[in-house]
This record gives sequence, C-alpha cells and structure tokens, in this order.
Amino acid sequence: MTHPRQLHGTAALDAMFARARAEQRAAFLPYFCIGYPNHAESLRAIESVAAAGVDGFEIGIPFSDPIADGPTIQAATQIALEKGVTVRKCLEAVRALREKGLAQPMLMMGYANPLVAYGTDRFVRDARDAGADGLIVPDLPPEEASMFAESCAREGLALIFFLAPTSNDERIGMATANATGFIYVVSLTGITGARKELPAYLTDYFARLRAKTDMPLVLGFGVSTPDHARQLRGLTDGFIVASALIRAWERGFDEMRALAGEIFDASRE
Amino acid sequence: MTEIYIDTEISDLPDARGYFGEFGGRFVPETIIPALDELESAYAEAMADSAFHQRLSHLQRTYTGRPTPISYARRLSERLGGARIYLKREDLAHTGAHKINNALGQGLLAQRMGKRRIIAETGAGQHGVGTATAMALLGLECHVYMGTIDIRRQQPNVFRMKLLGAEVIPVESGSRTLKDAINEAMRDWVTNVETTFYLLGSALGPHPYPKMVRDFQSVIGAEAREQIQALTGRLPDACIACVGGGSNAIGLFHAFRDDADTELIGVEAGGRGIESQEHAARFADLDISRPGILHGARSYVMQNEDGQIMETHSVSAGLDYPSVGPEHAHLRQLERAYYTLATDDEALEAFQVLSKLEGIIPALESAHAVAEAIKRAPTMPRDSVLLLNLSGRGDKDLDTVIGLLS
Repeated sequence: MTHPRQLHGTAALDAMFARARAEQRAAFLPYFCIGYPNHAESLRAIESVAAAGVDGFEIGIPFSDPIADGPTIQAATQIALEKGVTVRKCLEAVRALREKGLAQPMLMMGYANPLVAYGTDRFVRDARDAGADGLIVPDLPPEEASMFAESCAREGLALIFFLAPTSNDERIGMATANATGFIYVVSLTGITGARKELPAYLTDYFARLRAKTDMPLVLGFGVSTPDHARQLRGLTDGFIVASALIRAWERGFDEMRALAGEIFDASRE
Repeated sequence: MTEIYIDTEISDLPDARGYFGEFGGRFVPETIIPALDELESAYAEAMADSAFHQRLSHLQRTYTGRPTPISYARRLSERLGGARIYLKREDLAHTGAHKINNALGQGLLAQRMGKRRIIAETGAGQHGVGTATAMALLGLECHVYMGTIDIRRQQPNVFRMKLLGAEVIPVESGSRTLKDAINEAMRDWVTNVETTFYLLGSALGPHPYPKMVRDFQSVIGAEAREQIQALTGRLPDACIACVGGGSNAIGLFHAFRDDADTELIGVEAGGRGIESQEHAARFADLDISRPGILHGARSYVMQNEDGQIMETHSVSAGLDYPSVGPEHAHLRQLERAYYTLATDDEALEAFQVLSKLEGIIPALESAHAVAEAIKRAPTMPRDSVLLLNLSGRGDKDLDTVIGLLS
C-alpha cells in the first residue's frame, strides 16, 4: 500500500468502510501505542501490520492516568512515557509513517489532558498536517467536546464518540448527532483488556444501535482472537484490537505480527 | 441551636452542566455518564424528600455527634497575640474527621438507590474509615482503594477499615497514592457501574460529585456560622481550612460565601517548599500547575509540559493530590477565596504547638490550617475573630510524626 493518499480525514474513513462493506467484512483497526516497547519498534510494528493490508490504525498517545484502560495498556503506555514519548513525538511518528507510504487511516487516541496541554486547536491542525484522520478521546463525552469539534470540522478530521451497553436513547442520540467518521462501540461495561469471550448480547446491542443510526459502528474492548473476528462478521463495520496484540508482543514481535495477521485473515474468511 | 445538617439554600453553581465558572464538568468515559445522570437525579429527588433529610439529620445527631462544638483556642491565641482563634471541632465527629458527613449522606443515597456494593478511594484513610463506618452502620458492602504508599503511612486507618468490615484493596499503579486510588476506583466503577455506588470522598471528580460532596459537608459551615455568632456576637474576619481535594474547606466556606467581610483562606500542602517542586500546592506553583483535566473535572492540575500528571508530595496523605476541587478553582478566580500553603515543617510545628497549648492533636492535614493561623493571627487586631476548621484528629499520624521528629 504505497500509493499516495487521495483522501484524508472523514473521507478516508468513509472509503475504508465502503471497501470493507464491498468485501462483506468488518474493517480491522489494530491499536499501537507510540513508544511501546520503544519508539522505533512501535513504528516497525505499525509498518509491518500495515503491509499485511489491515484497514486502519488507532495510534495511542500515552497518558499517566488512563482511567479507561486495563493493566495491559496501562503498563504499555507507562513504558512509552518512560521512553520519553510526548504528544509531539506521536504526531511526528504519524508523519514519518506517511512519509514511508503508509496509506491507511490513522486515528489519534489519547486522553484529554495531554491534548489540552498541547493546545486543542494546535493539536488538531498538527494532527491533520502529520497525516492523521481522526481523533478518539476516551474521557471526552460529546457534551464536553466543543473544544475539539470546531477545529476537527475545519480540518476535516473525524471526531469519534463512544457508546456503551449502558447508553440509553438520549446518549445514543447525543453521540450520533455529534460524531463524525464512526461510533466507537464499547463491547462491555468495563476497561480495556483481552477477554476470552465476546459478550452474548452483542447482536441485540447492535440491533438497538442500528435502529437509531446509520453511522458506521466500530467495536472495541475485549476483541482479542481470530475467532472473535469471525464472530463479528456481518455485525459490526469495524473492530479494534489492542490489549491482545500487546500481550502477544510480550512473547515477541513475531507473535504479535502473527496474531494481527490471523485476526485480519479471520475477518476476511 | 437550630437543627441544621445541610445548607439547603440554593446556590446557583454549579450550572446544569456541572460547571463552576470555567471549572468542573464531566470528563469521563461514556460508560459511566448514564450512572452520573442517574446519581444526579437520585440526589435531586433525595434533596426534595423531607424523609431523607430527617433520616440524615437523625444520624448526624445520634451517631456522628453533631453539632460538633467550637472551641476557643485561648492559650494559642494569647501566645500569638493577635486574632482570637476558634476551632470548629470536626475532629470530634465520629471517626475523628469531617469525612463521615459525606460518607453518611452518600451512603443513605446509595441505599435509597438500591445499590448494595459501595466503592471508595482513600488517601489518609479518613474517607476510607468514614465510608467503612457508614457502610457498617447501613449494612452495605464496602471496598476501599488505597495506594500502597498511603497504606504504609496510615496503618492505623487500614486496620480500622478492616475491623469495620471493609475490604482494603492496595493500589500499586502510578504514584501509589490518592490519585491512583481514584484511578482504580473509577476503573472498578466503569466495570461494575450497574450494581455499584462510587462514594467519592472529596469535592472533586465529575459532576455531580463536587456539588453533592459540598452539600453534604456544608453542615460544617452552617453550624459554625451560627455558633461563632452565638459565641462572639459577630461573623469571623477569616475562615481557614486545609485544601487537598477541598471538601472540608468548601464545607466551611459555603455558609460564608455571601459574607463579604469574612475572608476565606484555603491552605495547600507546601511539602518541601515550592522551589523543591515536591509539594501539592496547585494554586501556588503556576510553573507546574495550570488548568487541565483529571478525574473527570477541569480544574488546576499539577502536570509537566506534555500534560502528564506529576507526582506530588506532602507529609500529609490527605493533601497529597495533584488536582483540586473545581469550586475552589472558581472561588480563587473570583478572588472570593485566597489560597496559600504550609510546608511539611510548618505543619509539623503546628501539630506540636496545638497539642501542647490546647490539648488537641490535629490531623496533619488540619495542622496545615493551624500553621496558617499561627502566621496570620499575630498580624490581625486583638478583637478580630479567626475561625479554623479542625477537620480531623491526629491519632492516625502518630507513627509518621514520631518518625519525622526522632
């Protein structure tokens, strides 16, 4: 995938979903935190998994107090911070990946405070310049998002909001009215982390959301195995895998790379 | 005196979105927003229900031992040779600190909402003890998150919580203090939100906590405002309280908010001094503290250039926290309240002075407020009145103080 990017931001995401839909599969968006296990290796991982053809990436910006994350991502982002990763370095990483020809959508994922400290307008502009396509902030519900909404709209960046099993109609309405790009559907009430099983209620849960919105839905939290990827087919427009890849990586780069490949293959079977 | 347990006068803040001016709000994962909505409406319903008020009032009177008295600190005042210093004796409330006020209020609310599993965070252990106590009384299941550094320096309270039937869950992540205990409590809440009530201990966190905790602590100022007038025939010239998250301070300040001639003074933890950068003085060190977002609210946050939260230091575990309740940030911005600091050494000195001169061993947290009174009283006229919130007793700190003084 070394062709120059024709589309960016929400348009790039739209194209990503259209392609996956045409192939009757869910888009696979693995998560990688810049700086884990170190700067160079995190970039090598993204390039390597990109070469396998996955659909897009969540690019993690580490934060000292990640309240939505379980032990695996907490530990990984802590290592990234110890390696000196900053918001600026995360943006530089995206730029470097684009310069190397990475064409898939990349979404910056980070908690609010480091982005506020960087400057919200400046962050959105620099993210766009670096080649990012959207923004995911786990501690930023739509009612607090005005600090990002205007600049994301101006730069054409997707501003992603979450829905959870606890979300009632009012919250579903608020998220879908304000989100651009897609809705991040949290699979369970809980924090991030690999799980053995997907929740049994996913079909009903998605039906409830589909009745309210036409926006693409991307499932995250707990999606961990090729078997999960197979189960998600026909249900979701995309899915995110994070902790399971980090845990595989603890056994070695090749293990992580292999798991990403198996999950991607399973999503296409 | 009139029976008062909560200051029911409607304050116009926070606004409907939980903001005190530009501070506050709700910066939390979507998963718990419906729980905050549910909490907000359950709290509003409880406030409108006289049976809830009666139940809380009854417990305040017959269990907590309210109203707590005000003591004139005669020897201390005479030694300092200035303002007359009066102590609001929250150290005499059951469990030895003001934290019980909020724990009982939220505990009754949890019971009313049908939530049987209660989680809490604790720094010094006073909120943990208050919560464990209230849950023993109400027959609710209690789990308290506590950083391992705090567990080490507040052993008596750890034992107390266990004795009261609570589970104390050690937190090993991050700085292993109050900040990280709140992180873990929030992760627990996100996971168990449908069955669990998060009994947050200070006037911080996402809306409606800063308002709710303030309201449940406003009994302190409501009583004190009547008592000080009965004793002295006037309003105080200044109110002083220590500020970690800021619940005892806001509980005292709230009743005096419209008394323009009463100065409101919050005392932060100066730790080893501002220059050392080892402190928790969010309002004093604007090189490393500025408006940011932590634990669900926008307020002042101690952070590095890249927005990573900094580790703080205080001899007092209850003040060792990198952010501060959003209403304090607002009061400071309005210049309605003034914030200063006391260092570890000043607090230790005040701890001993109050013990020797008044026979009252203060909590190390409260000793920060005493330290400010020691500095300020001599500069005030002899007929002036200084009201200090003695938010807790110091028994829990004896090991720490013995270690530091030997």
